[in-house]
Amino acid sequence: MNIHYPGGPAVTPVKQITIVIDGEEVSVPEGSTILTACNAAGKDIPTLCYGDTLTPKNACRVCMVELKGSRVLVPSCSRKVQPDMVVMTDTDRVRHSRRLVLELLDSSVDLSTTPRIPEWKERYNVDSDRYGKRASESLTRDVHDPGEHHAGNGDVAATMCQPIKIDNDLYVRDYSKCILCYKCVDACGTQWQNSFAIQIAGRGFDSQISTEFAAELPESACVFCGNCVEVCPTGALSFKSEHDMRVAGTWDESQQTETTTVCTYCGVGCNLNLHVQDNQIVKVTSPHDHSVGHGNLCIKGRFGFQHVQNRKEDGGS
Amino acid sequence: MLVFWGSNAREAHPIFFHHALKAIHKGAKVYAVDPRRSKTAEWADSWLGLDVGTDVALAYGIGREIIHAGLTNKEFIANATSGFDDYIKKCEPWTLEVTSRETGVPAELIRQLAHDYAKAERAQICWTLGITEHHNGTDNVRSLCNLALLTGHVGRWGSGLVPLRGQNNVQGGGDMGAIPKNLPGFQDVGNAEHRAKFERLWNVTMPPKYGMTLSEMMHAMDEGHLTNLYIIGENPVQSDADSAAVGKRLENLDHIVVQDIFLTKTATYADVVLPSAAAWCESDGTFTNSERRIQLVRKALEPPGSAKDDIEIMRLIAERLGRGWPKQTAEQVWDELRAVSPKHYGMTYQLLKERGGLQWPFPDENGPESPFLHGRLWEKDPAKRGQLAPFGTPEHSLPVDKLDDEFPLRLTTGRRLTDYNTGVQSGGFNSPIRFGACVDLSPEDMAQLDVNEGEWVRISSRRGSVLAPVRKEPGLRPGLLFMACNFPDEVDVNALTIEANDPISGTAEFKATAVKIEKTNEVPTWERNLFAKLDREKQDLVPAK
Amino acid sequence: MDLKFSNAEPFADERDAVDRLLGAGDGGWHGGQRDEEDHRRAHSGHAARSQRHLVMEALHAVNDRVGWISPGALNYIGRRLSVAPADVYSVATFYALFSTNVRPKRIVHVCTDIACMARGSKEICAGLEKQLGPASATNGWKHSPCLGVCERAPAAMAVEAGDPPHEHLIGPATVDEIVLALNEGPAALAAEAPPVMAVPQAGQEGLMLLKRVGQVDPESIDDYLTTNGYAGLRRAFDMSPGEVISEVKESRLMGRGGAAFPAGVKWESTAKQPATPRYLVCNADESEPGTFKDRAILEGDPFALIESMTIAGYGIGAERGYIYLRGEYPRAYRMLRNAIEKARERGFLGADILGKGWSFELEIRRGAGAYICGEETAIFNSIEGYRGEPRSKPPFPFEAGLFGKPTVVNNVETLCNVPLIMQMGGAEYARIGTEGSTGPKLFCVSGNLVLPGVYEVPFGATLGDILKLAGGVPEGRKLQAVLLGGAAGGFVRADELDIPLTFEGARANNTTLGSGVVLAFDDTVDLPGILLRIARFFRDESCGQCVPCRVGTVRQEEALLRIAHNRHDAASKGRDVGILRDVGLAMKDSSICGLGQAAWNAVESAIDRLGVLRESR
Repeated sequence: MNIHYPGGPAVTPVKQITIVIDGEEVSVPEGSTILTACNAAGKDIPTLCYGDTLTPKNACRVCMVELKGSRVLVPSCSRKVQPDMVVMTDTDRVRHSRRLVLELLDSSVDLSTTPRIPEWKERYNVDSDRYGKRASESLTRDVHDPGEHHAGNGDVAATMCQPIKIDNDLYVRDYSKCILCYKCVDACGTQWQNSFAIQIAGRGFDSQISTEFAAELPESACVFCGNCVEVCPTGALSFKSEHDMRVAGTWDESQQTETTTVCTYCGVGCNLNLHVQDNQIVKVTSPHDHSVGHGNLCIKGRFGFQHVQNRKEDGGS
Repeated sequence: MLVFWGSNAREAHPIFFHHALKAIHKGAKVYAVDPRRSKTAEWADSWLGLDVGTDVALAYGIGREIIHAGLTNKEFIANATSGFDDYIKKCEPWTLEVTSRETGVPAELIRQLAHDYAKAERAQICWTLGITEHHNGTDNVRSLCNLALLTGHVGRWGSGLVPLRGQNNVQGGGDMGAIPKNLPGFQDVGNAEHRAKFERLWNVTMPPKYGMTLSEMMHAMDEGHLTNLYIIGENPVQSDADSAAVGKRLENLDHIVVQDIFLTKTATYADVVLPSAAAWCESDGTFTNSERRIQLVRKALEPPGSAKDDIEIMRLIAERLGRGWPKQTAEQVWDELRAVSPKHYGMTYQLLKERGGLQWPFPDENGPESPFLHGRLWEKDPAKRGQLAPFGTPEHSLPVDKLDDEFPLRLTTGRRLTDYNTGVQSGGFNSPIRFGACVDLSPEDMAQLDVNEGEWVRISSRRGSVLAPVRKEPGLRPGLLFMACNFPDEVDVNALTIEANDPISGTAEFKATAVKIEKTNEVPTWERNLFAKLDREKQDLVPAK
Repeated sequence: MDLKFSNAEPFADERDAVDRLLGAGDGGWHGGQRDEEDHRRAHSGHAARSQRHLVMEALHAVNDRVGWISPGALNYIGRRLSVAPADVYSVATFYALFSTNVRPKRIVHVCTDIACMARGSKEICAGLEKQLGPASATNGWKHSPCLGVCERAPAAMAVEAGDPPHEHLIGPATVDEIVLALNEGPAALAAEAPPVMAVPQAGQEGLMLLKRVGQVDPESIDDYLTTNGYAGLRRAFDMSPGEVISEVKESRLMGRGGAAFPAGVKWESTAKQPATPRYLVCNADESEPGTFKDRAILEGDPFALIESMTIAGYGIGAERGYIYLRGEYPRAYRMLRNAIEKARERGFLGADILGKGWSFELEIRRGAGAYICGEETAIFNSIEGYRGEPRSKPPFPFEAGLFGKPTVVNNVETLCNVPLIMQMGGAEYARIGTEGSTGPKLFCVSGNLVLPGVYEVPFGATLGDILKLAGGVPEGRKLQAVLLGGAAGGFVRADELDIPLTFEGARANNTTLGSGVVLAFDDTVDLPGILLRIARFFRDESCGQCVPCRVGTVRQEEALLRIAHNRHDAASKGRDVGILRDVGLAMKDSSICGLGQAAWNAVESAIDRLGVLRESR
């Protein structure tokens, strides 16, 4: 609600900007992105690296649209609307670019736990097998030698495939599923957590989300808030509870309820979304649109639910 | 500008600190006043490492400097405050030099803080238990309030006094009348008009008598006036100062009822234990957070076994006592509160749901919300301005547990990021960053004692003695020790602390204990390694590389 | 910040290297000695965090001293600059000249890029493999992208970490010399060829940009002054900053870095911004394969750049300028450092220049092996101490550039035209060259030519003219193709020599001047091999930020490799060319920056213009 308080920020009426999307006029508040306008116009633009709590990084390039007058396609998730923009969301050029981005990702990354991928693959006629057989697990992705790589003879398509990292009881890093969208880095960095435990290391295709010298998480600056897991779009980062259930074959989202409640661990009042399956909390997320936490929690809020499940039937512990 | 005074919000209120970090990245200046260079202090432009228990003195020094530098907000003081002249007199002896000598803080830093705070466009002082867990906690709070009054940093957008609540619903407890002199909605038990409202609603007659604070109860137990106790969701045997004394008192009572989600150490003293549902996930209701935001708590799980919702337990007890209370949902109970509490009247469950919580006072469904209090002090019209805000004139008073040759070291306590209170909840998950129970020592003290990290020492106070392994902490200076209170089963820190209570709040002086420390070859039975990470079972883990 | 470091401590020489850059640590909280004051106070806020921009220099200090960056050194840098170790690691692992793996102090970087490939780098590598084993840091030698010494191809750079470190560009390199540099250190090598060797026209009448190269002592400010040095600045100081910009606008000077944007427009829009401070950045990260013209100026006439930047700073109202110099130019670094020092001594830099009451400071920041840092926003990130990842535009540099402030970024050559414009006047300058391309232009002419080097001609010369200046292909060989504009440019055929090398001429002929690269290949060169090298280059130099470029450059190289290994299978070749086209178009349309957008240019032109890899019909 835009209420002016004495001494507080001025509340000025927001100007509406009108642009044309696929031949139809759409009005959105000034400062909105093309993506917002597209959503308002009912367009279904695929996104991967976009996060509703993060500054757009423009890294995945799957949300590209054609903008009249622009030499190249523009990322709808970050480009702000300007009066009289003419945007096309489904031209051959746009479809080609989306198809290629999805092919390039699908041929190099395990997208099996990324939501909506099968739908998009069909929509954009993705054929990621044409790049050849996918390369098998690499054991050296954490050793960095920027500017150099072993080229091979093109027989296999290079991939992110690598061993899964399980170095603690709270969450799991499966970077074979990582599309390097930077969201976890941004959540861990200045945008939210400011712990700076992880960053992109290396360069180009050999880049890798990493701690310093690939130290295990408990040795790093990680404080296990799980705010990186909260924003990961592909399941590269997942809660150990979810990971274990997936491995055991018991993970079943259709049997889960999601209930919003308030954390019990301090006076700040962060909201928790408890995901419950068979009367057990299986993971905790946080509503992104809430003014207290904006989707963020600390280690206690994220993982401190276990005590209610450790109780015996008589209520003892 | 943000002043964190006796608050390690980075660890104790991590998500509140996210908001502070947003401000920091936009250029906000940060001061940290804390005996330890805490993780919060590591974000500060300046950290002032004062001696434990010298907060009143430091505040006077800052106040005097603001006055002498001509940086007070004269108009605000004239319009909205009372007692300024007495305050000036009280400040006068606290020159920078005197304050520096008493607090240990370099004079230049005191001056800087005073000037920056007074000149800041917007400034907030945030505090936590570092201010309140003293025998004179209320005086400490008043000292900080004085600084806000002096500069007009209160009742304005972006300025204010921010007590960060340690517990999820400590504010809500107060809202609902869990204060000895209050009825729900901060209405005075002693006020006949207020009482009448509740008497009508509940069809009872209420005695116009205030209840007892926790420390008064302890005293009453000692005196033998208080013989029966009903404890809900509290673990005083481990959480209160001088735990041995608390245990003895409970043993002497006639009858104890404990209602809790666990069989806590306190529950072992009980005659009757009532297993209850975990409020935050097994029942519906509301919590009030630090910013007075009332939020809905929802049931996500069925409670185990015979554990019941708190409301239902109350109802059943009332039934056994012969009062036939109807079965009520949490929303019905809430509406009952709204009916008698004007501050809450506008907050329907529907609105609380839609808006993700609301800040009181919210008397009207059409709002507006109240992001800050005391705005009335800035009203032009004296009538609207209301009662003037009084300056306080507390006395500086050093901690009760004096340092001497036998107990020359100062122990202070607190909590760490990954742990919470007595650990009955936070102990439930395997945190990779849990240090476990230990005593933090400065590198200098470690050298002096000739101990390494992980070696055992015996820490003794005038009341008790415990064993703990050593952890190196450069954020401490020689003579200052820190222990987390979260592992009472391993190291009962409160066997050391003193039950020196603030006369008004009843809070004990957890932050200042006089101790001695000795190197020892003893190892306690619970034999845990210092760092959880060292004994992490690695065999079932896939290596990172 | 509440940073957490591992227990690794720096070795004494690592600590010393960092301390020499930053001064001794102030108290125990930021890496220094803990003392009693630390018990009561600490300052770890905005001031401590504001040193992030020194990360690259600190990494250089350690890398130059010990040859790699150990965990202890990394921690120490982080503590000193209040930067998280993961962040320092992320920066260190971005740049090819830094190593986070232990390696010997002596390393030779052997250029295998296109110009050197055309002149025998393969044979050098084969010889080294025989003597030293395969290329790897542990074996003491590595493959390198273009070192910017194309006129003396094949080239190599020998590096020895130490105090001081030794760096030495070798060209033309031989196996024996490289082995000598490894066995006895770069100091044992014969002196580097003087800067004049890069300029075959040196001393000729009428040169404007290269007139001092080889004719003056590049280390002497007196030489500079006696050859009309600082006449441009004096002339500029007679004008208001607005008039300086007007002259540059009138000159119609276009940027020489590759994008050909009008310099005066850039200056004007920056000067108009209300935000201050404003910054000037000189892009001396000359890394486009085949480009070495800026090196000729930096080594042969460094004061010219200092003067040019001072004028530009005055014009746009910037009081601080940064020269971002590629890490592979050790001599240029020495020359620039000397020039800045001398200029400061004589009052041409610093406070109150020439009594004008205006101040200007210059700092050099060294790159560390990353082509992408020549991108105009990646350069900001690198200077600020981050990975050299390009930023999304808008906002453009003139609005929010270095440290988020209005910034002008100009290439070395572009800037060095400014004193000429000041002296001649913009209108007079604009008379040189053609309507659309004014002034003199430097071309980096290399490959299979008799006299490779940097050539200066007024705009308007044709490709044929330039090749003729360089003596044409050697006797008995035939010109096969010419690469214009470097790896990001495009190929033209041997029968297209009448293309005018002007911006408009290149555009009309559907090619590009880029950074002025004219790389000639005779009939002995394996063009598909050159294409593979270009693909490898982009795959290695992609920053990795966006998917089209990060994965697209990989798929491009893989397709070319398959084609190279299955020459006779027309069907699969056709499929792979299809992949090249599909991936190329996506890179061009959807990459964040010019690197990805241009990564397919050369391959595309080779297919469509030269008929290399022609699909089966």
